[in-house]
Amino acid sequence: MELLAVFLPLLGFVIAGLFGEKLGHKGCQFVTCACVIIAAIVSVALFMDVIMGQDAYVTVLAPWVVSGDFTVSWALRIDQLSVVMMCVINIVSACVHVYSVGYMSHDKHRGRFMSYLGLFTFAMLMLVTADNLLQLFFGWEGVGLASYLLIGFWNQKKSANAAAQKAFVVNRVGDFGLALGMMAIYIVFGSIEFQVIFERASEMAESYFTLFGYEVHAMTAICMLLFVGAIGKSAQLGLHTWLPDAMEGPTPVSALIHAATMVTAGVFLVARMSPLFEYAPDALMVVTIVGACTAFVAATIGMTQFDIKRVIAYSTMSQLGYMFFALGVSAYGAAMFHLVTHAFFKALLFLGAGSVIHAMSDEQDMRKMGGIWKKIPVTYVMMWIGSLALAGIPPFAGYFSKDIVLEAAWADGTNFGHFAYWMGIAAAFMTAFYSWRLIIMTFHGKPRASNSVMSHVHESPAVMILPLVVLACGALFAGKVFYQGFVGSSSHHGDDHAVVAEHDEAHGVHEDVDHSETSEESHETLAYAVNMDHPSLSKEVFWKESIVVLPENDTVEAAHNVPKWVKYTPLAAGVSGIILAYIAYMFVTGLPAFVKSIFRPIHTLFFRKWFFDEIYNALFVRTSLMLGVLFWRKGDQGIIDRYGPDGIARISSKAGSSIGRFQSGFVYQYAFVMVIAVVAILSWFVFKGFDFGIEMPKVGGVE
Amino acid sequence: MDMLDFPLLNFVTFLPLAGALVIMLVIRGDGEIAARNSKLVALYTSLFTFAFSLFMFQNFDSSDAGFQFEVQSSWLKPFGINYHLGVDGISIFFILLATFLTPVCILSSWDAIKVRVKEFMIAFLVLETFMIGTFCALDAVLFYVFFEGVLIPMFLIIGVWGGPRRVYSSYKFFLFTLLGSVLMLVGLLVLYAMTGTTDIPLLMQADLPFDVQKWLWIAFFASFAVKMPMWPVHTWLPDAHVEAPTAGSVILAGVLLKMGGYGFLRFSIPMLPDATAYFTDFVYILSVIAIIYTSLIALVQDDMKKLIAYSSVAHMGFVTLGIFTITQQGVEGAIFQMLSHGIISGALFLCVGVVYDRLHTREISRYGGIVQNMPKYATVFMILMLGSVGLPGTSGFVGEFLVLLGAFQSNTLIAALAATGVILGAAYMLMLYRRVVFGPREHHDALSMPDLNSREMWLLIPLVAMVLWFGVFPNQVMNKISPSVERLIAEYNDKLNGQIHDAENIGQE
Repeated sequence: MELLAVFLPLLGFVIAGLFGEKLGHKGCQFVTCACVIIAAIVSVALFMDVIMGQDAYVTVLAPWVVSGDFTVSWALRIDQLSVVMMCVINIVSACVHVYSVGYMSHDKHRGRFMSYLGLFTFAMLMLVTADNLLQLFFGWEGVGLASYLLIGFWNQKKSANAAAQKAFVVNRVGDFGLALGMMAIYIVFGSIEFQVIFERASEMAESYFTLFGYEVHAMTAICMLLFVGAIGKSAQLGLHTWLPDAMEGPTPVSALIHAATMVTAGVFLVARMSPLFEYAPDALMVVTIVGACTAFVAATIGMTQFDIKRVIAYSTMSQLGYMFFALGVSAYGAAMFHLVTHAFFKALLFLGAGSVIHAMSDEQDMRKMGGIWKKIPVTYVMMWIGSLALAGIPPFAGYFSKDIVLEAAWADGTNFGHFAYWMGIAAAFMTAFYSWRLIIMTFHGKPRASNSVMSHVHESPAVMILPLVVLACGALFAGKVFYQGFVGSSSHHGDDHAVVAEHDEAHGVHEDVDHSETSEESHETLAYAVNMDHPSLSKEVFWKESIVVLPENDTVEAAHNVPKWVKYTPLAAGVSGIILAYIAYMFVTGLPAFVKSIFRPIHTLFFRKWFFDEIYNALFVRTSLMLGVLFWRKGDQGIIDRYGPDGIARISSKAGSSIGRFQSGFVYQYAFVMVIAVVAILSWFVFKGFDFGIEMPKVGGVE
Repeated sequence: MDMLDFPLLNFVTFLPLAGALVIMLVIRGDGEIAARNSKLVALYTSLFTFAFSLFMFQNFDSSDAGFQFEVQSSWLKPFGINYHLGVDGISIFFILLATFLTPVCILSSWDAIKVRVKEFMIAFLVLETFMIGTFCALDAVLFYVFFEGVLIPMFLIIGVWGGPRRVYSSYKFFLFTLLGSVLMLVGLLVLYAMTGTTDIPLLMQADLPFDVQKWLWIAFFASFAVKMPMWPVHTWLPDAHVEAPTAGSVILAGVLLKMGGYGFLRFSIPMLPDATAYFTDFVYILSVIAIIYTSLIALVQDDMKKLIAYSSVAHMGFVTLGIFTITQQGVEGAIFQMLSHGIISGALFLCVGVVYDRLHTREISRYGGIVQNMPKYATVFMILMLGSVGLPGTSGFVGEFLVLLGAFQSNTLIAALAATGVILGAAYMLMLYRRVVFGPREHHDALSMPDLNSREMWLLIPLVAMVLWFGVFPNQVMNKISPSVERLIAEYNDKLNGQIHDAENIGQE
């Protein structure tokens, strides 16, 4: 069954890619949509199985790379973590597939577009179902490729091509870290199979190995390197510059890849590797700080941008920051929870923005929008739902997940946790502010677009609205439904820890289903399946051993017991952000300009995105090109050639002229010279060699 | 096995030479018919050779780490020099690579070569015999003859059918390789003098004093490093590629560059283990410089062939790095990387040839936006580009990753520095692709180029399919390489560790 869920999108890609011309656009759209919808249904079924108490299992497909004691197979690992991701990926992907049928209906290459979406979905599924780091890396780079192809989909646009290349290369920097991390794991553990690594994690907790000449704590080094990969893929501060530029791609792509799924791969990676991260507190600290800073910085930039998609892109980056600091305080369940709810409401926001752009004749600048809410009411409502979820207003999904993330950060109790909490609160305020800034600028006020554009404003067709509705349901209910399972407290049945611990041991090898597992538990889980909201369902029961948290690090548990004000401050920040946006953009419309004029330097810093692009350009891009020219002109031509072959030619002018004659010669002449030379050399060798041989002592196998 | 009665390896090695003789002796005149006939003879000869090599591969026993299909007869008997051929897991795939790429090259020059067609085909078939011979020679002298003999037809192919600066290029090519071959010759002399044999399997058993090993190692290194080519003796390669006709570039990048790496595996490591250990860091540093330095140069190239040529030097940097880690992963990765690079870079040069045949320029800025009129070409080029970048799922990834994994085990810093080449590799290849295939419609002549014709499709599709197939199922190659590599490494380590012990034994005798 897992084969269907993973390989159907690949099938769609191959069929639409190879036979696109024969199938026609309709055919491609049908095939790819059908494949991914079936895959989505199958993954929901897999999810239900796992809820019902199905144990984790691995399906081995074929050997991949085998070299000495390094063996890696193509294999699908189905456990709690991967089925959650599979559901998110396939459901959002199915929505985006269907939506694209409408959104791309005027594009000449829509068949190719659909096939790329299929490729992306497949690669992402391979990433999350990987049973070893190498296959994860395959998916990791595969989604990078799909992202590259889709960002640059409109390949006549120079800016799109540049953005695509930037995304790929910047991601490669992250991949560099991930690859080194993988190698370090192989050195330390002797394997890169999850099973082996996770089992041995605790015994290797205090091991050291030599990296770059220094003796370093193995776990910290490994986790830091892996985290570099996550920084790149999830656009965290430092390697985030590609994400805003990636908005050059068609909007469905931004929704699927650059909001809901691919950019969360870094979060998934850290959650998946939680058994290692738990033994690397220093690495976790770095994750917390990077995540908190990203959440804050991205929100500051988001407040100043005018491109509707870029605003949402920065908000994505900011929300990913939340997920990372949740991971950093060991609240993996909370991070995954936010990942799931975010996937729904952010995809909804992006597709809603796409619907707006579609209505506004491909206009993306919010300064040229306004006054259209009555003309596209459904889209307007959808954007409201998405924004409410994003701002963390109850009962929308974002409220549950964002609150538990912030509470866990506070409950961590360390300075870094508190730092993350306050950064998160500040970001929550700004998030609400720019979300309503977006809504008001886009939908309200006087129309600022030209009359011809305004006369064309229309609600999107059903094929685009339907996916929005599906996602809106997610944005509405995903929080409430999954709360107990993803982050729920186990305080109702305190001995669960023991059960889980037992479970861990019993499942040393859980490649196949073990029915002898405590039967009462499966009865219980049967009950949860009927209602995920069941009060006795808790995070331990749900995640089982797919996420490992050391008892002393269990911040999600502690998050349920934080002071009341910690629980309510995020909501207050959100509400006040919304109110401020109304004041600034609806009632006192001169306020933004006034504030801008007072805090000009700060505004410039935010508006110019903290100058990351400029600094990187000077530091890396231009330096590389300069070095390239230097090595080429001065190194190769100026030194090696000048004193090498050219020098020899110059030294004897005679040689120069003889070469001149050589040039004009016949082909046979060359051959003749070469043959003579070889024969001469050979005969010299034969005779000289014989003489030589007598004088020298003989060693080794001789007759 | 009745296979042993039939000297299959002789047959595979010399069939192309026979074909060349047929063209030379039977086909008369310079007219169109003569040209056509020589093309056909060359094509069929190379196809039969490929078929025979496949047959050999079918009968290759992958559990046997030693040499198979051995053919032996005395040649220069008084000196103990034998005619001795054989293949093992290390060499079999190089032979297949040569026999596979030769018909591809002949087909690719079907229309591109217009003058001296007959001579071109002769040169190519002779080249094939020399290439195969290099990889299966088990006698050092024989190896030397083939190894250096390869240069003659290659030199001709560049010098006669090359571009406008072909003379400078072939002069440079000649000068660099001459330096290497003279030193290697001296090395062989000494080796023979020390051991009294030129038989490679026997030489592998020899134990040479460390001082001698050091000098021999340098002598061999000079020759192999030029052929690889390693930094700083790489500057002949970009020029040679730029001036060579398409088929020449394909075979140069595809097979000739692998001869250096093969040489390291056949001579330096098994025969000179102490010196190899001694010079490991030196090779590491040169490899890393090659990877970073040439990748940076590739970033600023305006000529497609030069860019790919520089990228080849960088990829060969991974190969030397991998070989000298002397770990299972490193060496297997290096071999796999050589095979994969042979296919990918060969195919990339074919791709350059496709557009060069249409527009007669290799300047990147003269193209742009051709995905619109050449979608099939764009797809093929894309997959090859991704292979070159080392995307997982293509053959380029497996070799690169294993090399880095091997390197990481012996020196983390070197591995990390080499891995930056992977980032730079993505930058220059994507830049090339973006500027040639994507972009706005600017040049009308580039936009009116027709897409791949069926001959070009049939040439490129097998190559593309192999890039993908061996990316997903590399084990089909790896498991045949493994036993021989395992033995190579085991013997190397035995020799290093057992040095003192062995010396005692010899003393007792």
